[in-house]
Amino acid sequence: MKRRQFLMAGAGAAGTLAVGMLTTGGHAAPTAASAAAAPGGIGLEMGPWLRIAEDDSVTVLVPHIDMGQGSQTALAMMLADELDADWRHVIVAQAPADLRHANRFLARGAILGERELPWLVDGLADAVFGVGARFRNVQITGGSLAVRTTGQVGMRVIGAGARSLLLDAAAERLAVPRGELEARASVVRHAATGRSLRYGELAADAAQHSLPGRPKLKTAAQWTVMGSSPPRPDIPGKVNGSAPYDIDLQLPDMLVATVLAAPVHGETLQAVDPAPAMAVPGVHRVLLLDNAVAVVAEGFWAASRGRDALKPVWRDGGQRGTSTASIAEAQAQALREATGGSSGKKAVEHGNAQALLDAATPARTVRASYRVPLLHHAAMQPISGVAQFVDGHLTLWAGEQNPLGSKAAVLGFTGLKDEQVTIHPLPVGGSFGRRNGSDNVVTDHLKQLTAIARAMSPRPVKLIWRREEDFARGTFRPMISCDLAAVLGDDGLPAAWRQRVIERDHPEVAWELPYNIAHQSIRQLAVPHHIRLGNWRSVNHSQFKFFNECFVDELALAARRDPLDYRLAMLPAGSRGRAVLQQAAQASGWRMPLPAGHARGIALNASHGSWLAVVAEVSTDPAGRPRVHRLTAAVDCGPVVHADTARQQIEGGLVMGLSATLRERIDIADGAVVQHTFSDYRLISMAEVPQLEIHFINGGSIGGLGEPATSAVAPAVANAWSALTGTRVRELPLQT
Amino acid sequence: MTEPQAIVLSLNGRTRALTVDPQMPLLWALREQAGLTGTKFGCGVGVCGACTVHMDGQAVRSCVFPVGQAQGRTVQTIEALGTAQAPHSLQRAWVALQVPQCGYCQSGMLMAAAALLAKTPEPSDAEIDAAITNLCRCGTYPRVRAAIHRAAREALASAQGPANDFKLAAQPCDLTAACSESAA
Repeated sequence: MKRRQFLMAGAGAAGTLAVGMLTTGGHAAPTAASAAAAPGGIGLEMGPWLRIAEDDSVTVLVPHIDMGQGSQTALAMMLADELDADWRHVIVAQAPADLRHANRFLARGAILGERELPWLVDGLADAVFGVGARFRNVQITGGSLAVRTTGQVGMRVIGAGARSLLLDAAAERLAVPRGELEARASVVRHAATGRSLRYGELAADAAQHSLPGRPKLKTAAQWTVMGSSPPRPDIPGKVNGSAPYDIDLQLPDMLVATVLAAPVHGETLQAVDPAPAMAVPGVHRVLLLDNAVAVVAEGFWAASRGRDALKPVWRDGGQRGTSTASIAEAQAQALREATGGSSGKKAVEHGNAQALLDAATPARTVRASYRVPLLHHAAMQPISGVAQFVDGHLTLWAGEQNPLGSKAAVLGFTGLKDEQVTIHPLPVGGSFGRRNGSDNVVTDHLKQLTAIARAMSPRPVKLIWRREEDFARGTFRPMISCDLAAVLGDDGLPAAWRQRVIERDHPEVAWELPYNIAHQSIRQLAVPHHIRLGNWRSVNHSQFKFFNECFVDELALAARRDPLDYRLAMLPAGSRGRAVLQQAAQASGWRMPLPAGHARGIALNASHGSWLAVVAEVSTDPAGRPRVHRLTAAVDCGPVVHADTARQQIEGGLVMGLSATLRERIDIADGAVVQHTFSDYRLISMAEVPQLEIHFINGGSIGGLGEPATSAVAPAVANAWSALTGTRVRELPLQT
Repeated sequence: MTEPQAIVLSLNGRTRALTVDPQMPLLWALREQAGLTGTKFGCGVGVCGACTVHMDGQAVRSCVFPVGQAQGRTVQTIEALGTAQAPHSLQRAWVALQVPQCGYCQSGMLMAAAALLAKTPEPSDAEIDAAITNLCRCGTYPRVRAAIHRAAREALASAQGPANDFKLAAQPCDLTAACSESAA
């Protein structure tokens, strides 16, 4: 069958053009942009994302939430540019979390047709609509996906398709060949006759026209909106206190709840005497949940006091002897036992690394063991949300990274039907993977909230976790140990790379090496424990890049080569990796002398479609700890869509990465999290932020920016500190 | 816990009586009694600074400040730092440099910065470091610093007369001190 009409349009409210959904059939439109985003052909489906009204306003409904990353603006820019819309009349709006669209489209097969979709697109459909959980790592706002997938294969195509409809409508109205028309700033002009029509005048007619099979996308040289830095629409509300986080919502008759859940993960509630909490003035109810106690009160202060008064007893799940040391020892033991070539689950096997290692002399062999700690997201907004259950309908107001994924989770644990649940997505005060709606662990606050709302129905309830709860019941970046061994060839470069790493059993790509190493054996070992784990900004790259980029420095040291030259020697000429390393080295003065007592370290990260190199300059502070003076980053994320938010994501990633490198660590004792709040889990503050220098290079296709910068900081700083002190850093954080 | 009392204070320029337990932290009286939700709950122990407000012009962490101690005093929150028509010079600088990311800590950052500028109109980097101990997980620190310097310059320029009146740049990124531009 022929390609389906893939952009469906219809007249919406009187006089508006609503581009309702889009599916590309068959193969991708043969444009550089879409081909780069999904090589080998794409199929795609998007929700209702664009409205053009008679007053020329262009409303772009963005399915990604605002958690500070600025991608809502970038995505709207991508659509507006292809549409040739007047940016001054573009309204950026949050798309509703409405699963019915997804269900209808999926059920009718409008997206999938009769074709087998490539896995990426299948995963993307899952992510956009929160239906199914086949690719759990693909989130609606996560994986640095917004611009490089939603934007590239969604927003731009929708914009270009709608522009085509408007041109068709104008050609008919003016009775001129379409090729004589020009669209710019929301106006279609016919130069020969001097006539023009506004998009608002054309919108209703445009909805009657057929969509092109292959909307043509602009080349970067034709961009007018993309590449600039329009002010973000969310900023004014963030400087006057009016930005609408869920924690700020005030509803009539609303109650406020807080919870105390089992501090040892996996344990359940055995018994609790509610009387002491009920004695606190303002407390309405103490609710016993599976693994938590909830206190519902007039306000947060009373609820919090009520929580303090409770002494719940938890059922011992046999994990109370677990500690950071016991987890580390279990991981070390698994690594010690993984001696053979086939030990563990295969991640990468090229050539015969094990045989080379077995045959190599000690002089040619380098071995090291690394470890990273559990890390907390520590978003500034504590976990919160608002819910109301009335007449069998549950309404939630929540800042979730994946509103539809969170909705699917709510349907799962409440047994409610899709039409019985409404989620209003709101911005969130930081998330970094914490509230990504991917599973029952990260959505346990919603489970608590819905249970409380049902119990207190019809009154609305706001749930606020205390900061201590946020720490005790975090979903942490995994603590991982790793053994590395390499055989150096005659040229000093690694001929073989053997890596055994403790990992969760879930799909990952972080172990891929950017370097030319002929023989590689990378395998993962599972050592389960009871601590709740989640995805932390960078996903797994921040762990792996610490291991790998520090070990590369160890190899360079063994080969008596400069760490930069050593890396360059392993990268192909003309590669993006070489370009960012050279740019960062040049900008940081890598080959220039340093003041006495200073040293530099370098590291490379390829992740989320982008390439990034960081050079760190460190010295020793009066207490003998590392002091970071300067971080120089070179970033190749392809053409930059919003120059300023792109820079901001790198700034933020560098700062977060540095904070983790220097100080962050979650410990476990007696089976529970040791740290309680920001005084024992200390983030870096203003005084410790070094000079940041950021350079962008356009080396190819569009890559993600939310996560990559976080991963290159630890190895760059650790390599600098090792160079300064002569003692290799193989464990984080540096300031213990 | 004690019985609710009427706490009378000047709140954002108006005299208000809040009937609350005097031990309740000012933060919750502001958010839940006065409906001023711009002041944020971050840690509840006075470490992160998201709850920073002005008490008689001084920056205080309202999550550990009993509302009873605000009796008869002057409290200012982010909602009264400026108006839409006349934003505070810091708010203008914050917009010009597009400082916030997630935005959650920014009310506290702005209030801490405003208290600093009121005392120290031209703060050095070291003075900013000492005064702004608020936490930001998104890593807006370099822009916060640059925006404080910018607001200080603007305030000084406008004090010297209209000839030096400050003009907002069209492009938001002006971080020469914090992060240099690249021609690449």
